[in-house]
Amino acid sequence: MLSFDLEFSRGTFALSASDVLESGAIGICGPSGSGKTTLLALLAGLIRPARGTVVSGDEVLVDTTAGVFTPAWRRHFALVFQDGQLFPHLTARGNLLYGYRRRDPAQRRFHLDEIVDLLEIDALVERRPAQLSGGERQRVALGRALLCSPRVLLLDEPLASLDDRLKQQILPFLLRVKEETGIPMLYVSHSRAEVEFLADRILRMERGRLEPDSARADDHR
Amino acid sequence: MNADEWQALQLSARVALWATVACIPAGVLVAWLLARRDFPGKFVLEILVQLPMVLPPVVPGYLLLMLLGTQGPVGRWLDQSFGIVLAFTWQGAVLASAIMAFPLLVQPIRVAFRLVDARLEQAATTLGATRFDAFRSVTLPLALPGLIAGAVLCFSRSLGEFGATMAFVGNIPGETRTLPLAIYTYMNVPGGEGATLRLALVSVALASAALVASHWLTRVAERRLGYRDQQTNRA
Repeated sequence: MLSFDLEFSRGTFALSASDVLESGAIGICGPSGSGKTTLLALLAGLIRPARGTVVSGDEVLVDTTAGVFTPAWRRHFALVFQDGQLFPHLTARGNLLYGYRRRDPAQRRFHLDEIVDLLEIDALVERRPAQLSGGERQRVALGRALLCSPRVLLLDEPLASLDDRLKQQILPFLLRVKEETGIPMLYVSHSRAEVEFLADRILRMERGRLEPDSARADDHR
Repeated sequence: MNADEWQALQLSARVALWATVACIPAGVLVAWLLARRDFPGKFVLEILVQLPMVLPPVVPGYLLLMLLGTQGPVGRWLDQSFGIVLAFTWQGAVLASAIMAFPLLVQPIRVAFRLVDARLEQAATTLGATRFDAFRSVTLPLALPGLIAGAVLCFSRSLGEFGATMAFVGNIPGETRTLPLAIYTYMNVPGGEGATLRLALVSVALASAALVASHWLTRVAERRLGYRDQQTNRA
């Protein structure tokens, strides 16, 4: 379970967002510059909110009135970036194991072999990111995020840099991750079609405000 | 080469090596602060770091002597409290070289840090790495070619240090007479032409070797870091 209620501002931009996510996936749509990435950065702990709370399960990660702020490295909210952000000096295997090695062994839920099978990246593990295609890179990035056994999976336009054919290849993997791992997912994209394919519920981000989507997801299936 | 010439060469190598080793930790820290942090006084730090590069070298040497000479406030304290004397010793030559070479070390490392995408560090922290761990495991390895380039520049600059060394620690054979000081000395001695030429050629050879080593190390580092994989086949 993830619940958040956050306020943040920078310059003239102000963000205000709250929601409760039990399990499954929420999709967040909205135009670029509406604050989608900022919301994910707030949840991941990369930036501090002006005011608000983030609660995961029964653990309070952020509570500005009580002065609680858990840094990113202790949240275990994995974030998958638009362009993967794989570490160029490590092989795919080194990338996959980066978070795994830093996770308390008792807390590890997945292991390399399972994730390699799940994402069908067996043939890639010894390669460097520069030797991977865009779609392969995103699968490794997804695997790297899963291998740190996250409490929440935050996906920031993970398919935006891929062409349509590759998107069609990766979407089934995302669906498989959602169904087989049960990790709550927050999926951010400007593409409605992607969001509808994955998400159980859709929210809309518009000029820093997170609102229920006017069109119901079921109507578009 | 005669014994005195060898002595000058060995002393220069020792001074340059220690100056480089001493500079690296501070250089990495300062380069990181300048590349990644905003803080009050950043501009002042930037000026201070670059100052030795643009000042006449004899000025930092003179200031070191005023401060750290046996009659200087810090020098007297060091001598009385710890028995450490820097003026007119080879350790003092290391300090003078280190200060003069520091800007040349910092600049390439700073550029290398700036070229590392800060989002890679963010990715590392979301994967459970503390900031220091992210720096150690992501930023520093990716900036390694810059660190190598900086270290070689620092070493070469230290080998050639003349003005600050002369002002702070003098020109004492076997203690502070490094290669450039020896060359200068032989130039002013009747019959020193042969020694001058030999040492000048040695300097050229050393400097060339340092540059070749730097290119080779950078290539190795870049290959290890995956910067050169684009050229290999994609399979």
